[in-house]
Amino acid sequence: MLRFEHVSKRYPDAGEALTDVSFHLHRGEMAFLTGRSGAGKSTLLKLIAMMEQCTRGSVSLDGQDITRIGERKIPYMRRNLGLIFQDYKLLNDRTVFDNVALPLVVSGYNHQEVARRVRASLDKVGLLGKEKKHPLALSGGEQQRVGIARAIVNKPKLILADEPTGNLDPDLSAEVMFMFEQFKQVGVTVLIASHDIELINHLGHRVLTLDKGHLVAS
Amino acid sequence: MKHNHRKQAGSRLVELFQAYLLNHAHGLFSSLGRLSRTPFTSSMTILVLAIAISLASSFYIVVANIQQLTGNLESSNQMSLFLHDNITDAAGQKLAEQIQQNGSVVDVKFISKKQALEEFKANSGFSDALNALERNPLPSVIQVVPKNALENNEDIEKLMADFKQFPQVDFVQVDMQWVARLQTIMLIASRGVMLVSLLLGFAVTFITGNTIRLELQNRQDEVFISKLVGATHAFIQRPFLYTGFWLGFISGFLGWLIMTIMLLILETPVEKLSTLYNSSFDLLFLSFSEFILLLMISSVLAVVGSWAVLHYQLRQLKPQ
Ligand SMILES: Nc1ncnc2c1ncn2[C@@H]1O[C@H](COP(=O)(O)OP(=O)(O)OP(=O)(O)O)[C@@H](O)[C@H]1O
Ligand SMILES: [Mg+2]
Repeated sequence: MLRFEHVSKRYPDAGEALTDVSFHLHRGEMAFLTGRSGAGKSTLLKLIAMMEQCTRGSVSLDGQDITRIGERKIPYMRRNLGLIFQDYKLLNDRTVFDNVALPLVVSGYNHQEVARRVRASLDKVGLLGKEKKHPLALSGGEQQRVGIARAIVNKPKLILADEPTGNLDPDLSAEVMFMFEQFKQVGVTVLIASHDIELINHLGHRVLTLDKGHLVAS
Repeated sequence: MKHNHRKQAGSRLVELFQAYLLNHAHGLFSSLGRLSRTPFTSSMTILVLAIAISLASSFYIVVANIQQLTGNLESSNQMSLFLHDNITDAAGQKLAEQIQQNGSVVDVKFISKKQALEEFKANSGFSDALNALERNPLPSVIQVVPKNALENNEDIEKLMADFKQFPQVDFVQVDMQWVARLQTIMLIASRGVMLVSLLLGFAVTFITGNTIRLELQNRQDEVFISKLVGATHAFIQRPFLYTGFWLGFISGFLGWLIMTIMLLILETPVEKLSTLYNSSFDLLFLSFSEFILLLMISSVLAVVGSWAVLHYQLRQLKPQ
């Protein structure tokens, strides 16, 4: 499903963020990506999300090489991904409904289909009934769940989450992780970058550990 | 099974198309809504654009009006052959008939001394003074309208020289020269107007482009997030292009309004002047098709400016 082969990433003036990283995630697999601050976790996720390009090696998604993918194809490839961020990245001037609907609107779904899927998605994260609210009127945990609803609304094959529980208390974190486990159950591949060693160990999934850009355990 | 598949693909295509149309309609009106949410900035931009557009169209309409005026003058490009005092009416009439034979002449009219005096009395308002004169001081005149009056100066001059050869003719006067000069001046003026309009058109393009650039900066987050959930550039730039369109369209209309109001203010004094000159000059306004053209040009210029900025800037904006 997701394959890294000898991937290195060098930022123009910050040196090498990733060095010779190789691993493979199967369909329906759930894995954590850990490492100290600055180890290259976000960088690795950005390569998958096509927000950055690797300097050496190759990244492939579902058998398709996305290493040197053309600018024009990126939007269509991204529609197979669900991205979740620590700072949620919601549009604060739009309702919860509109935020969650964005990936569908962007892909050209009709009204009824959008409404149906957005409800289903909000239902999964337990936010049905808050469609008309604005993100800033919600708690941090609720905002993160809006972000998750947005990530899954397009039925992605792969979910990438960059420290999704960074701003949440332990209970909420466990709740969010439980949600990811449910996605895994239905065959979605999930990759989560996180510092939260305790929670990670408790859950007992595969763990990829980065140290100064090197993959030291997988 | 296969059939079913195709049917499904077909309905997805229809769905995509409907969504696409809906998207456009939504973009068209939501961008108008967004403009109205920042009324101060929007109206400043629109006013600046409208002034530029009204300037360009005012220049245009002024030239069109003067051209209309000089157009009327064209019919007076005639030559006047003043005859010697001793030439009788019969001899003058005969000469006129002779000139009529000339191939490069369209119309010939003989005006006897008496007719000339009558005409002068009627038009000048000096009738009492003229009545007091013992004898008619005016010569008889043959008015000649040459073919293609203004097209070739040399031909006209040659014709003039020919007419001077007639012993009956005292001197020849051509009304054409100052008209030709005026028309040359008008040609320069209309070129000038074209250049100025071109500049003002560029101004419209750049002002709109810059407005869209600022708008894009204000809405960076939205652009980033849309990109991250798989929006194409075409999708992202659509609402901005609509904003550009509305800026151009509304300014075009407002520019037209400004120009029309200025013309209306000028209309009464111009008419007064025109009656003083014994002429029936009607002030020319933009015709309906010219008005539509103005709206189209300003919209297109604004969209082009927006598009150029979006094309360049969307590539620069990379989600972080
Ligand atoms: N856009 C960038 N330009 C230059 N250098 C960068 C950029 N992004 C990251 N880096 C550098 O690459 C290295 C890895 O950064 P990255 O953000 O991937 O770490 P991280 O593991 O996500 O850290 P954290 O846990 O703090 O989020 C760091 O040394 C960082 O300074
Ligand atoms: Mg990070």
